[in-house]
Amino acid sequence: MLLPETALDSRPERMSEASARKTPVRMTTATLDQSNVSRSAAEIAEQSKKVVTRDVDFFYGAKQALYKVSLDVPEHCVTALIGPSGCGKSTFLRCLNRMNDMIDDTTVRGEILLDGKNVYRRGTDVVELRKRVGMVFQKSNPFPKSIYENVAYGPRVAGVRKRNILDEIVEKSLRQSALWDEVQDRLYDSALQLSGGQQQRLCIARALATNPDVLLMDEPASALDPKSTAAVEDLIFGLKKSYTIAIVTHNMQQAARVSDQTAFFYEGHLIEVGATNELFTNPYEKQTEDYITGRFG
Amino acid sequence: MSLEEHKRGRPFAKFASQAFALLCAGATWLCVSILILLLWNIVSFGLDSLSWDYINRFPSRFAEKAGIKSALVGSIYLIGLTALFAVPVGIGAAIYLEEYSPKNRWQTIVQINIANLAGVPSIVYGILGLGLFVRAMQLNRSLVAGALTLTLVVLPIVILAAQESLRAVPSTIRQASYALGATRWQTVWHQLLPAALPGIMTGVILALSRALGEAAPLVAIGAATYVPFLPEDVFKDEFTALPLQIFNWTGLPQKGFHEVAAAGIIILLIVLVCMNALAVALRYRFSRNKRW
Repeated sequence: MLLPETALDSRPERMSEASARKTPVRMTTATLDQSNVSRSAAEIAEQSKKVVTRDVDFFYGAKQALYKVSLDVPEHCVTALIGPSGCGKSTFLRCLNRMNDMIDDTTVRGEILLDGKNVYRRGTDVVELRKRVGMVFQKSNPFPKSIYENVAYGPRVAGVRKRNILDEIVEKSLRQSALWDEVQDRLYDSALQLSGGQQQRLCIARALATNPDVLLMDEPASALDPKSTAAVEDLIFGLKKSYTIAIVTHNMQQAARVSDQTAFFYEGHLIEVGATNELFTNPYEKQTEDYITGRFG
Repeated sequence: MSLEEHKRGRPFAKFASQAFALLCAGATWLCVSILILLLWNIVSFGLDSLSWDYINRFPSRFAEKAGIKSALVGSIYLIGLTALFAVPVGIGAAIYLEEYSPKNRWQTIVQINIANLAGVPSIVYGILGLGLFVRAMQLNRSLVAGALTLTLVVLPIVILAAQESLRAVPSTIRQASYALGATRWQTVWHQLLPAALPGIMTGVILALSRALGEAAPLVAIGAATYVPFLPEDVFKDEFTALPLQIFNWTGLPQKGFHEVAAAGIIILLIVLVCMNALAVALRYRFSRNKRW
């Protein structure tokens, strides 16, 4: 296991040799290079670290799910967490906004710093934390209420009462999630009438409405058809200007398409982390290479 | 057995399957026919006594002059008051057990106890009511004492039904709410209760139907059976209820009173059917546009 800095430093010199070896991955990178919007290792290094984790262990009862995970999530970047099922990437994601608190008999050790403050320190206001660290789930889970009420829920529970302010937030959030044009004339219809892809974008809008700093996404497109997936991916790409995003995905093409930095988890360990285009072309670890080339997982 | 034989199926298995289906159908029809027989028996016996006068008269020494008014009004008061006591306490307990209480040994013990309490014979609650409400709290044989006793009877049912409904709300709704920075209370109030309400209402109404039919606990607290007036002070006045009045009439030797009792049963059944219909209607009304 490597610390991110060393992983980044040692990579460039091995680049040519590795990309010559692994054809399928190079194809992915080619599209990335064309789009030319993914951040390079150097650019990522320049970003301040929004979330820093140090030696995070996580237990479900006696079963350890994470082992000494130390990962930095740079600001205004998309960090993809990849790895086979059960590798701990979702567990890790859910540590960042303490959603794991909802599961009984879990233990966290180590430090998770958001803007330098440990989110697991005594006296942390979890409610406040979750307003700053929003989350989008794998299965779209709109409330059985109107589209408007879904988006307005976050601000409402935060105490926003004024109708005109709520209206403003709802419109802004729906615009950000590229849903406004589709729903603006039926804001008061049930959210459950929307299609799966629209529901997921509504969930993203709902998460944006609380104006979070960080957006966590747990396989946000895995239940969607390719067209909706593309819409959600475009959205994620656009959102990183204003938010810091961490996304769990099973789809490596997706990780390659949307993320700046990729972290590979395996059996609870963070195996490798680095700039996406470098990790995919020139993985440092054998396990990473096997996984991204499809030899297992 | 070769694959071919397997595909053809074994004749005995087919026969057993059909026999089982027949057996189950027989069981269903047995229940239904007993119910129909009972209904027919009561209706044919009591329909003659049933009239607007009958509903609007107080009980009497003479079967032909006896009416159900005080019992019907008493039952309505009783159900209303029982709902007033049982619903907030029951839903509150269910919310605590489902959403707040840590899932530890203590919670398990409480849970098992509530499930067991739901099965305790109602006469036991009647005796508790007699000791606690009638004597210790000096509520005497008032409507409030009766309603509190019936609350004891239905509370476990209300709690279990409300818990069941809360548990049926998908956890994704909870997660979404908490992830948006909602507090526990906000999640319960804005998401869980509205979503669980149809189920809770249905459970409450079914529990109240049970309370409506209970005679034993009311007998135990010594509720009157001859009440020629309507209750005015729920804390003081004596009362009677439909099952009590029916029970009293069926115990009398004159045949005329048996017919009046049958008419009372018809009234009781009508009220019960209305309550159950309300439960179904509520469930339908609330769950129409609700799917996850």
